[in-house]
Amino acid sequence: MATAIKPRIKLDRKEVKAGDIVEVKALVQHIMETGQRKDPQGNTIPRKILNKFTCTVAGRQVFEADFEPAISANPYIQFKFKATVSGPVVLTWTDDDGSTIVGEETITVS
Amino acid sequence: MKNVSRRQVLGASAGVLAAAGLGLPFSPVLAANDSGDLIKAFTGGKQPADGKVKLDLPEIAENGNTVPMTVSVDSPMTEQSYVSEVLVVSDGNPRGGMVTFRFTPLSGAAEANTRVRLATTQTVTAIAKMNDGALYMTTKQVKVTIGGCGG
Repeated sequence: MATAIKPRIKLDRKEVKAGDIVEVKALVQHIMETGQRKDPQGNTIPRKILNKFTCTVAGRQVFEADFEPAISANPYIQFKFKATVSGPVVLTWTDDDGSTIVGEETITVS
Repeated sequence: MKNVSRRQVLGASAGVLAAAGLGLPFSPVLAANDSGDLIKAFTGGKQPADGKVKLDLPEIAENGNTVPMTVSVDSPMTEQSYVSEVLVVSDGNPRGGMVTFRFTPLSGAAEANTRVRLATTQTVTAIAKMNDGALYMTTKQVKVTIGGCGG
């Protein structure tokens, strides 16, 4: 893809105490083509979706989701994690073609 | 679907109606897609218990292309006891699988929200698997005004 897609990520708090629950909301632009639709010529439009989403905090996985074509275009995801250590919060979406969209935020645990 | 005769369709729907009327327990075999197989693969044939899982979907979805859905599971989410996986399937979409969430003790809360496509009025099922293998299930019927998943 010519222009890199920049996901929109929002953490409800970035400076937290250890053990606090942080809520993450993320939205990424993607067509999420289901592979069910047909073009005007009657040819099936090939499937192209983001099939995997992972979130790591300071290198440790906290949440993962497998997406199917039933996930809407421009997929939105909201989840929570328990803050234990400061570090980068890395969100990764994996496309059917193997490419990835990566977004990053940082949390500080005091 | 073109080579399915009208008679077969009517017969199949009559079967569904009969099962519903008799109040038979949930039978994934009757679903129109592969959701029954997905549930079987996920549960390993065990019957999930009711409760613990909460599936938040609107009663009526005007636009099936983007329906907000929240899944939450009642769990302490500690190293000893946490929700490891939640499978969400649809019985009315062309494909049964919708999404699988995987949690860890670091998730803090077993709760996730996303937006899904619903092709038609149908029942959505969420099954949660705990780290000790226990299974919990819930279902929710959604009426869809305009279906998603494209033409």
